[in-house]
Amino acid sequence: MDFSQQLSQYLLSGLATGAIYALIGLGFAIIYNSTGIINFAQGEFVMLGGMFGVYFYTIHQLPLVAALVLAVLCAAASGVMFERLAIRPLRRATPLGLVIITIGGSILVRGIAMLVWGKDTHALPTFSGDEPIALAGATLLPQHLWIFALTVLLIVVNKLFFQYTITGKALRACAVNQRAAGLVGIDVRRMVMFSFLLASGMGALAGIIVAPLTMTSYDVGIMLGLKGFCAAIIGGMSNGIGTVLGGLLLGVLEALGAGLISSGYKDAVTFVILLLILFLRPQGLFSSGESERV
Amino acid sequence: MKTRFIRIATLLLALFSSVGAAIAAEPVKIEPIKIGALFSVTGPPSFLGEPERNTAQMVVDEINKTGGIKGRPLELVIYDTTGDPTKAVQLATKLIKDDKVVAIIGPSTTGETMAVKPVTEKEQIPLISCAAGSKITDPVNPWTFKTAQNDTLAVARIFEHLQKRKLDKVAILTASDGFGASGREQLKNQATKFGMTLTVDDTFGPKDTDMTAQLTKIRGSEAQAIICWGTNPGPAVVAKNARQLGIKLPLFMSHGVSSKKFIELAGEAAEGIILPSGQVIVADLLPAAAPQKKALMAYVQDYKKNFGVEGDHFGGHAWDAVMLLKKALEQGADTPAAIRDQLEKISGFAGIGGVFGFSAADHAGLTKDAFVLVEIRNKDWVLVD
Repeated sequence: MDFSQQLSQYLLSGLATGAIYALIGLGFAIIYNSTGIINFAQGEFVMLGGMFGVYFYTIHQLPLVAALVLAVLCAAASGVMFERLAIRPLRRATPLGLVIITIGGSILVRGIAMLVWGKDTHALPTFSGDEPIALAGATLLPQHLWIFALTVLLIVVNKLFFQYTITGKALRACAVNQRAAGLVGIDVRRMVMFSFLLASGMGALAGIIVAPLTMTSYDVGIMLGLKGFCAAIIGGMSNGIGTVLGGLLLGVLEALGAGLISSGYKDAVTFVILLLILFLRPQGLFSSGESERV
Repeated sequence: MKTRFIRIATLLLALFSSVGAAIAAEPVKIEPIKIGALFSVTGPPSFLGEPERNTAQMVVDEINKTGGIKGRPLELVIYDTTGDPTKAVQLATKLIKDDKVVAIIGPSTTGETMAVKPVTEKEQIPLISCAAGSKITDPVNPWTFKTAQNDTLAVARIFEHLQKRKLDKVAILTASDGFGASGREQLKNQATKFGMTLTVDDTFGPKDTDMTAQLTKIRGSEAQAIICWGTNPGPAVVAKNARQLGIKLPLFMSHGVSSKKFIELAGEAAEGIILPSGQVIVADLLPAAAPQKKALMAYVQDYKKNFGVEGDHFGGHAWDAVMLLKKALEQGADTPAAIRDQLEKISGFAGIGGVFGFSAADHAGLTKDAFVLVEIRNKDWVLVD
């Protein structure tokens, strides 16, 4: 086992984890861009995706695909409900107030999940087997390929949606200037709700595809949410390629940090990067300035 | 509006008065023996506290159904510490000052126990901890006992097994929480005694979702075996990652994952993993003459009947604590000092965690026979000798 093989394993593992962070980060970015708030409950939608998946699959014994679709729908519905009950009534509140509301909301969601589903950890079966695949001296699971494929697919769909559909363009308009968007006849409130729908759905999907690998329980949302947030910050809160690169970078640095330095510093790597970015390049690593965020 | 209020008020009054009548109708009560319990029913260590709470309540109910102790019922006052040492101390004080209990069972974790110990010692109330850390009873504190097996014994079991297989280069991978840190300390302390070299000494966060980096490092080292120390779900991720990386080294886990839940989480990847465990998970495999067999079978079946799932060794710690207390109360008076003295005299008591024998110099009461080595085969446990 030589060093280059070790290195390629770190890189591949890092990319796989990073893809997940990217998916979660995109959810942060979408909501930030249409509402100007950072939704700290994003991690909870990731948890809801995984837990709904487990609920439909193991308790209701539905086929895996049906369970997954239902789980995404349920989590997206929860996202809309969250916006309706917690965010919309407080539209006149300050952004800081709203951010704190999302933190409170996340604690509530976590608490409900704990009461309803209990405190146990659950696992979903992998989508297509457990046989490791060898690649450039490293090994991956088929599930990792699913993660990569879904991430790429979502990014492409996302891009097309924001570029070419009316709703997507309306969302972008809200991102640039909410008031002006309202003046030209865009229903801003509806767009806000729509952004929550999108973000929670994507978060849920991320939660489901990682559940076979990392397992899920009522409290997985906190850490995954924070990592996704870091990814979005590195990407300058763009809901395009920036956040994706941010997530991948984060995943790779974490894996390298754990493998080459010490695993004790794994999470420290993330948060040091977060602080450095916030201090030195608050506009994100890949953006040139305060221009557009889409 | 007003009439509605009056109606509701009347209803409430009627409700309360009927409750009052029900209480008054009961025969004169015999004064119960009050026992306190501190478990982390919620919070991160809830996987310990919940089965402990269930078990303690179940055992006390059973004792009361069969006439209590010397004709007096037991009253169990349970508080939830949420795994927080500060809260545990406050609640311990409350149990002693307000509830006036004669003994306390719990807390569930080593950290909480270490925080509560000075309080119970000062107030001279016997404490039977359900936590595993060896420092709880080493050095011996006159008022503190414990029922969970020391991790020292679990480590010794694994190292003995490795010696037998002539493997002496070991990689250890421990969780960065209390349980993992304590295991890591024991692994490092006993390595030299058993002639083991630790080639890699790495850790993982209890909530980490990918341990391939650490395992890749281990794969690149000279290790002949891997020992992973943690509680779910971390070790299940380690097992899955090891399989993904195609690591063929024998993988050992701690007693922290000796429940069916681990097999469920790790799935295929659990096959072939060896771990030390209390005997409760292999109760049905034990020979009929084994001293603990009767207690184990009774506990497993009772728990299944009451809660629908099989009892685990965490709940077993609470079972042992209540039963030890019962034995002490049967032997002597119900004052804290008498209970303490009687606890210290107990020997040959076959419980769930092992055969307990306390003395003035030993308040942990177990030997390494409390652990058996089991291997996971076909999603079930098999005894390894």
